[in-house]
Amino acid sequence: MENNESPKTENVLIKWIRKSFIGMGVLPFLIVIATIIFAILSENFLTTRNLVNVARQSTYLVIVTMGQMLALLTGGFDLSVGTILALSSVVGAMAMSAMNAAFPDSVALVIFVGLMAGLFAGLSVGVINGIGVSVFNVNPFMMTLGMASVGFGVALYLTGGVPVYGMPEAFSDIFGFGRFIGVPTPVLVTAGLIIIMYFLVNWTKIGRYFYSVGGNIKASSLSGIHTKSVLFLAYIFCSSLATISGLLLTARLETGEANIGVAMPLESIAACVIGGVSLRGGVGRVENAVLGALFIGLIQNGMNLARIESYLQTVVIGILLIFAVASDQFRQRLVAKSQD
Amino acid sequence: MQEDLDNTATEPPLLQLENISKQFPGVSALNKVDFDLREGEVHVLFGENGAGKSTLINVVAGAHRPTTGRILFRGKEMQFPNVHSARKIGIHAVFQEFSLIPQLTVTQNLFLGVEKGRLGFLDKKKMHQQAQQILDRLGFELNPRKKIVYLTRAEQQMVEIAKVFGSDLSVLILDEPTASLTEKETKRLFALIEQARNDNVGIIYITHRMGEIRRISDRITILRDGNYIATVKTDSVTDNELVELMTGRVIDQIFPTIHYNPKETIFSVHNMTTVDNSVKNVSLEFKRGEIVGMAGLVGSGKSKVMRACFGIEEIKSGEIIFEDKKFTHVTPAKMLDIGMFYIPPDRRNEGLIMMRNVRENITLAALPLFNLSSYSMFLKRKNERALALDLSRRLNLQPPRIERSVDLFSGGNQQKALLARVLTRRTKIFIFDEPTVGVDVGTRAAIYEFIGDLCQQGAAIVLISSDLPEILHLTNRAYVFYRGKLRAELKGEEITEQNVLFHFFEQKAA
Repeated sequence: MENNESPKTENVLIKWIRKSFIGMGVLPFLIVIATIIFAILSENFLTTRNLVNVARQSTYLVIVTMGQMLALLTGGFDLSVGTILALSSVVGAMAMSAMNAAFPDSVALVIFVGLMAGLFAGLSVGVINGIGVSVFNVNPFMMTLGMASVGFGVALYLTGGVPVYGMPEAFSDIFGFGRFIGVPTPVLVTAGLIIIMYFLVNWTKIGRYFYSVGGNIKASSLSGIHTKSVLFLAYIFCSSLATISGLLLTARLETGEANIGVAMPLESIAACVIGGVSLRGGVGRVENAVLGALFIGLIQNGMNLARIESYLQTVVIGILLIFAVASDQFRQRLVAKSQD
Repeated sequence: MQEDLDNTATEPPLLQLENISKQFPGVSALNKVDFDLREGEVHVLFGENGAGKSTLINVVAGAHRPTTGRILFRGKEMQFPNVHSARKIGIHAVFQEFSLIPQLTVTQNLFLGVEKGRLGFLDKKKMHQQAQQILDRLGFELNPRKKIVYLTRAEQQMVEIAKVFGSDLSVLILDEPTASLTEKETKRLFALIEQARNDNVGIIYITHRMGEIRRISDRITILRDGNYIATVKTDSVTDNELVELMTGRVIDQIFPTIHYNPKETIFSVHNMTTVDNSVKNVSLEFKRGEIVGMAGLVGSGKSKVMRACFGIEEIKSGEIIFEDKKFTHVTPAKMLDIGMFYIPPDRRNEGLIMMRNVRENITLAALPLFNLSSYSMFLKRKNERALALDLSRRLNLQPPRIERSVDLFSGGNQQKALLARVLTRRTKIFIFDEPTVGVDVGTRAAIYEFIGDLCQQGAAIVLISSDLPEILHLTNRAYVFYRGKLRAELKGEEITEQNVLFHFFEQKAA
C-alpha cells in the first residue's frame, strides 16, 4: 500500500507545482524559498515587527515599481525614476525650508507648498519624457537616460551636493514616521496607491490602452486610439508615482538629498520583470509587480539580518533578476506547450 | 498540354526536380512537382499568388528543404541543406525580399562574405574599384560608396542583381526582378539575361507580366495550388490559354449567393493622390448594399487607396466625401466615428494584439462607446464580456474561450477574432483588405458568408483582394488597378477572369 501511495502524491505535487508555475510564474516560489532560507539564517526574520518593517521599507520601491510598470506596459522604459525621486526630494525640501523660514507658524501651508513644489519638479521630468517619446519619437531608453542625467545634474547643482535641512518637523512626523491605527503612513499611502493603480489598469479605458499600445501600436492606432496621448500619459503617471515616492522618502530621511534614488531604475525594472511584466510591452499585472518589489525588499531585509555585506547584496539582486528572466522564458515554452 | 521533347534526350538537363513536395505545418505548399531546366534557357514559372512558385525556387536555392523528392544537378543527385551549398555549385537567386544590409555601402554588400584584403586588413580601395567595374559592366549607374538605405527600391534591386552577376553562375533564379525597374533598366537586365544565356546559364524566371514572358522566355511551367499543371513552349501557347491554365479551378461551393441591392452613394473619393505616389489621381464611389472589389497585382495601389481613405497613408491631393461631408485630412479615429471600418490584411502586425486575450482584441475599437464605458473612462467589464462572448459565438470561434490569448488560436480563428471587431461599432462602410490570407477553406466560406450578410443588411462593402476568385464570385462591381492608377471599372456580368486579368498586366502585350 505504502509503496503505491508515495509516487502518487509526488506526482500530484509535481503537477501542482507545474501548474502554479505556469499560472503565477517563478515569483511565489522565490518568495517561499527566500522566506525559508532567511528564517533559518536569522530567528528575527519571521517576527511581526520585522515583517512590518519589510513592508515599510519596501513602500518606496513598490510605488516606483508601479510607475515603471506603466512605462514597460507601453513597450518603453523609464530610467529617470531615480532622478525624479532626487529632484522632487531636493526641490520639495528646499521649498519647505525656505517657506518654513518665512512663515514658521503656518506649518500646513509650508508642507503644502513644499509638496506642490516637489510634485512640479518631478512631473516636469515626466512631461519632457512624455513629449520626447510620443511627439518626437525618441527611443524611451535614450530619452529617459538623457533626462536621468539632466535631472541628476540639476539636483546636484541646486544643492551643491549637500543635503537640504530645515523642513518643519511635522512633515517627517506625519509622512515619515506617523501611524494611523497602528499602520505606518507610508504603508497606508502605498496601499491606497496600489488600489488606485489596480483600478486604473483593469477598469479604465486608458489602462486598457496601455496594454494595447504596448502590445501592438499599429493595431491600436487602426482601432482609433490616440497612441501618442497614451504614451504621454504613461510617462506622466510614472513620474507622478516616482515623485510621491520621493517625497515620502524625504519625509523619512528628514532631509532632501540628490542621491536617494540611484538604485531605483535597476530595482524597479527588476521588480517588474521578476513580477512577470514583459520587457516587450503589453503584459503585466499590478499585483505581481508589487509582489516583485516586496520580494526585493524581503531579500534586502533578510540579507541585512543575516549580515551579508551590502556590496554582495547587489550581486544577489542582479543574479535573481537574470534568473527570473531565464525562468520566464522557460515558462513561456511551457505555456506554448500546454496551449492554455 | 504536353511538353515537346527536343532531341536533347542524350544529355541530362542542367537541373531536374522530381516529385518535389513541401509540407509546412498545416499546409502543403508543393505537391509532387516536376521541373527541369536546360542550359541556356529561360524557363518561366507562372501561377497565382500562393501557387507554390516561391516555395519551388526556395527549394532550388537551398532555402527550404523539400519534404520528399529528388534534385538532380547535371544528372547527379544533390542535397542542398542550406543556401551556401547551392551557391557553391553556382545556383544563385534574386528574391523579392532583398538580402542586403541597409547600413552598409554598395561595395560592402557586393563583397559580403568574400571580402578582399591583405594580412587580415580590408583592401577597401581595391574592392571599390572592383565594385565599380561590376556596376559599369552591368551598366548600372550607382555610386558604390553609397549606403543601401539611401537607395531607391529600384537601385536596391540593381545591387541585388549585381551581387549575383558578380559570381560564377550555373543556375540563375529571378523572382519578379522588374517589379521596381524602369523600362531602361529592364532593357539592360534583359541584355544581361541574354548574355548569361549565351554562357549556358539556366535561368528560372518568375513574372506576372505577359509581355516579359513573350520577350525572353523559352518554356513556361504552370503551377496551381501547389500542383504541377503543365510545361509548355512559349511560342506554342496563347495568352488566353496561359491564363486558363493558371486559374482553371472549378468554381468551388464556398461562395455564397448574395443579393445585391445598390442604393445611394455613401462614400466617394475624388482625384486622390498619395504623398508616396503609390496612388495617382484615383476617383471611386461606393454605394450601400453592394460589394465592390478592388483588384490588381501586389503594389498596384488597390490597398493603398483605401488605406489613405482611412488615414493610414498620407494624402497629397484630392478629397473624400462621406455622406455629403467633405474631408481632406483623415485619421483612423475620425473615420471610425463617422462609420467606416478598415480591417488590415496583416493580422499579426496591424490587426491583433497577439499576447492579449480574445475579449480585449474584439472590443478594442469600441471602448469609448457608452455601452462599454461610462463617461468614456470607466470600463463596464460585464457588458464587454457579454459583447465579446456574443460575437465570438456568432463567428463560431473555436475553441470558444474569449479569455485565452490570441496567439494560441489557429490562423483562421485569429481572423475571426479580428473580424468580430467590426461588429462592435455601428459601421456603414466596411473595408476588408485580403480578409482570407492564410485561412483554411472552411473558415474562408464562413468569412464569405459573413461579408455577404453584411452587404444584404445594407452596408457598403469594399473587398480588396489578390485572390481572383473572390473578386469574381463575391462582388457586383470591381475596380482594377495598375501601377497606382485606376485602370478599369467592371460591372456585374463584365467581371470575368479574362476581363479582370486583361487589366492586371501591361496593356500593350496582351
